[in-house]
Amino acid sequence: MKVTLRIKRFDPDKDAKPYWAEYTVAASPVDRLLDALNTIKWTIDGTLTFRRSCAHGVCGSDAMRINGRNRLACKVLIRDVGEKVTVEPMLGFPVIKDLVVDMDPFFHKYESIKPYLITHDNEPGTERLQSPEERARYDEGTKCILCGACTGSCPSIWGNPDWVGPAAIVNAHRFIFDSRDQGTAERLAILGQRNGVWRCRTIFNCSDACPRGIPVTDLIEQVKRAIIYGDRNID
Amino acid sequence: MYQKFDVVIVGAGGAGLMAAMQLPNASVAVLSKVYPTRSHTGAAQGGVAAALGNLEEDHWKWHMYDTIKGGDYLVDQPAAEILARDAIDAIYELEHRGLPFNRTPDGRIDQRRFGGHTRNYGEAPVRRSCYAADRTGHMLLQTMYQNAIKNQVRFFNEFLALDLLVNEGRVCGVVALEIRTGEIHTFHAKAVLFATGGYGRAWRVTSNAFACMGDGMAIAYRRGIPLQDMEMYQFHPTGLYKVGVLLSEGARGEGARLLNGKGEYFMERYMPTLKDLAPRDIVSRCIIKEIKEGRGVNGEDYVYLDLRHLGEKVITEKLPDITEFARNYLGVEPIREPVPIQPTAHYAMGGIPTDNDGRVVIDAQWTPLPGFYAAGEVACVSVHGANRLGTNSLVDLIVFGRRAGKHMARFIAESDHVPLPPHHEDFAREMVDHLLTSKGGESAARIRNELQGEMLEHVFVERQEKGLQHAMETVAGLQEAYQKVQLQDKGKTFNTELVEAIELGFLLECAAATVHGALARKESRGAHYRLDYPERDDVNWLKHTLIYKGEGACNARLAYKDVILIDDPVFKPKERKY
Repeated sequence: MKVTLRIKRFDPDKDAKPYWAEYTVAASPVDRLLDALNTIKWTIDGTLTFRRSCAHGVCGSDAMRINGRNRLACKVLIRDVGEKVTVEPMLGFPVIKDLVVDMDPFFHKYESIKPYLITHDNEPGTERLQSPEERARYDEGTKCILCGACTGSCPSIWGNPDWVGPAAIVNAHRFIFDSRDQGTAERLAILGQRNGVWRCRTIFNCSDACPRGIPVTDLIEQVKRAIIYGDRNID
Repeated sequence: MYQKFDVVIVGAGGAGLMAAMQLPNASVAVLSKVYPTRSHTGAAQGGVAAALGNLEEDHWKWHMYDTIKGGDYLVDQPAAEILARDAIDAIYELEHRGLPFNRTPDGRIDQRRFGGHTRNYGEAPVRRSCYAADRTGHMLLQTMYQNAIKNQVRFFNEFLALDLLVNEGRVCGVVALEIRTGEIHTFHAKAVLFATGGYGRAWRVTSNAFACMGDGMAIAYRRGIPLQDMEMYQFHPTGLYKVGVLLSEGARGEGARLLNGKGEYFMERYMPTLKDLAPRDIVSRCIIKEIKEGRGVNGEDYVYLDLRHLGEKVITEKLPDITEFARNYLGVEPIREPVPIQPTAHYAMGGIPTDNDGRVVIDAQWTPLPGFYAAGEVACVSVHGANRLGTNSLVDLIVFGRRAGKHMARFIAESDHVPLPPHHEDFAREMVDHLLTSKGGESAARIRNELQGEMLEHVFVERQEKGLQHAMETVAGLQEAYQKVQLQDKGKTFNTELVEAIELGFLLECAAATVHGALARKESRGAHYRLDYPERDDVNWLKHTLIYKGEGACNARLAYKDVILIDDPVFKPKERKY
C-alpha cells in the first residue's frame, strides 16, 4: 500500500519557521511508522531528521506526535494510522531540527526529584529483603523509559514549561513507594512545591500517551495523597 | 573544542556506567551517542546469572564450568572464574543500588532457569538467573544511570566518537562529534575506556538497536589494535520472525518449547538432557536443520516458540514485554497461539582483546596498550569464548566494567597526561569533511542494505568456504563504494545522515574482520559452524584469532593467541554434549 506522511519540518540553519512537507512511500500494513520514516530518509530525502535506536519500544528515542497523539514511531504500525499520517515533534519541548526536540530540560526535571535509592542504614551482606507484595507496590513506575511522551502531551507543561511534569513524578513514585527507600520525606518536599505535583489537573493525556501502559495519572494522584497525609503507606 | 579529564568513557550502557561508578574522586567524562537510558543494555530481557542459590543448591564453580563448556572451551578459564565468583557480590551490589529484582515469597531475589546453566556440571538445569520480569536490562540500565546521577557523573550526550588518540605508546584521548552542533571536540585523558557495545546491525535480521554499529571496535581497529575472535558471533534462536526482535530465553527458562511445522517438540531429539535449554549456538543450529529438512512451518523458514502451556498468569507476570512484542509486531496472541521465530543476530563474543582488568592487550604476548581499556560487548576478555551463555552478558558488564573502573582509578593515580599527538584532530576532520563534500553519488543506505543481506546469507549460523569467499569479495566491493558515499544533508545541526554514514564505515570494518576470522578458522566451534569442517579441532584450533587491519580496503593480517586453561580436570576440553 501507499502511505502519505505529512511531516512538520524545521532546520534552524535554513528555515525561518517550520513548514509541512509531504512524502508518499510504499509500505506494508504491518510495517512500523519508523520504517516509513526510514524509507523517506534512505530513498527520498536524507535531510529528514529524527531519533531512533532499539526500534521495538524499549529505548524511548522516537517519541513524536503522530496524528495528534504522542506515540513511539517504532510501536505504531501503518495499519494503526492509515494511508494519511501527520507527524510532528512533541509539543512542550524546544525543537532542534525536524522531529528532534531538546530533551535536556526533561532530564534535568527527572534529576530534580532524586531518582535514586536513598538509604541511611548499613547494607546487609546479601540482598535486602522485600516481599513480592512490596515489590509490586512500585512496579508500574519501573517500566518508564523516559521517552517524554507523557510530559509532552500535558497541557499543564505546554502552559508552564517549568513544571516538573508527569515523567519525573512517575519516577519519584517508583522510589517513594519502594519499601527499601528512606528518601520519601525529601522527595515529597520537592514535589509539594509550587512546580511539584499540584499543577497536575488530572487531564489523563499522559496516561493515554504512555507507550508502556503506565497509569501515569493514577501514580501522580498517589503521590498527591502521600503529600497530604505525609505518609507513603496511605492508599 | 578541547577538554581535559582524568578518564574518558565512551558509551553509557551497563559497562561504561559501572566503570564510571568506581571513579568517585576522578574527573570523568562519559560520552554517549544517545541519551544514556537509550543504550542497548536496556534491551536485555531474561536475567543476570549468579550462583546465589536462593531456590536450590548452586555454586560459582558450576557457573564457571557452564560458562567454559558453553563457550566450547575457547574461554580463558581464569576469566571465567572471576566472572562466576564476582557475579555474586555484583548482584548484591546492584540490589543495594536499587535494582528492583523479582522476589521469592520470603523476600529474596528470585531466580529462573536459563540455557546452558546447570547444576553439578551438567546434570540438569539450575535456577541461576536473577531477573526483573523480562526487562532485566532495562532495570539494570536505569539503576546504573540513577546512581550516576547520584554521583554527579558528567555526561556528554549525543557525542559520537570518531577517533582514538595514541602518542608515545599510550592512549591519551578521544576525538568526537557533537551531533547537535556538528562541532569536533578533543577529550584529553590519562585513560580511555571503550564501552561501545556490539555490531549486530551488520545482519538484516537482528535483535540489535540501530546504534549497534561497532563504533569502538572499528575505531580501535583503524588504529592498529587487533580484534579478537570476531568469527564468534551469536545468533539468538528466538527472534520474532522477519522482525528480529528478541523473545527472551527466559521464556524457555519458564518452560516454553520450540515446535516445528509437523507439531513436534524437536529439541528433545537433539539434546535429551537440557532440551530447549541447550546453549544458543546449538539451538540455533537445530532450528536451521529443521527448516532445511522441510520441517519449518508450512515449509517456510521459521518454527514456533510455544508458550501456551505456561498459562496466562505466568505469561502476564513474568514475560509481559515479549508477549506484547508478539502481539504488536506479528499480531499473534502468545497465550493462545505459538509464536513464529527464527534465529536473529544478537551478540559479539569477539571484540577488543583485554586482560582481566579491562586493559587492552595488543598481541599474543598480552602486551598492554597503556591507558586504553575496554569492557562489555565491545571487549573480548575472553569470557564467552565461542558462544556466550544467556544472562552472562549482563554479568560481564557489571563484573568487568567494575574491574576496569577500579584499575583505571589506580592507573590515573600513578600517571600523568601524555601530550596529544600533533594534528590530533586531522583524521576525524578529514573523515567528516570527506563525507560532507563527496560528490561520488553513492548511497550509504544501499551499501548498508547489501551488507546486511550478504552477512545473513553467507556469515550466519552455517558457513562454508565458498560463501565466505563471496562475502569477502562483497565486503571489499562495498568498502570501495563507501569512499563514494554522498550526502544530501550538508548541515551542521543534528546531521543524522552524516552520523549514519560514519557508523556505516565502522560497520564495514567489523564485518570485514568477522569474515576474515571465519574464513581462516577451519573447524567448527561454538557459534562458528563450518559445513566444510564440521568437527571441533583442538589440536590446531584451540586458540584465539587476532585480526589486524592491513593496508588497503578489506585486507587484514591474522595472528593467534593461546587459550588460557586451568590445571583442573573438571575444565579439561572434552566433547560438548547436553
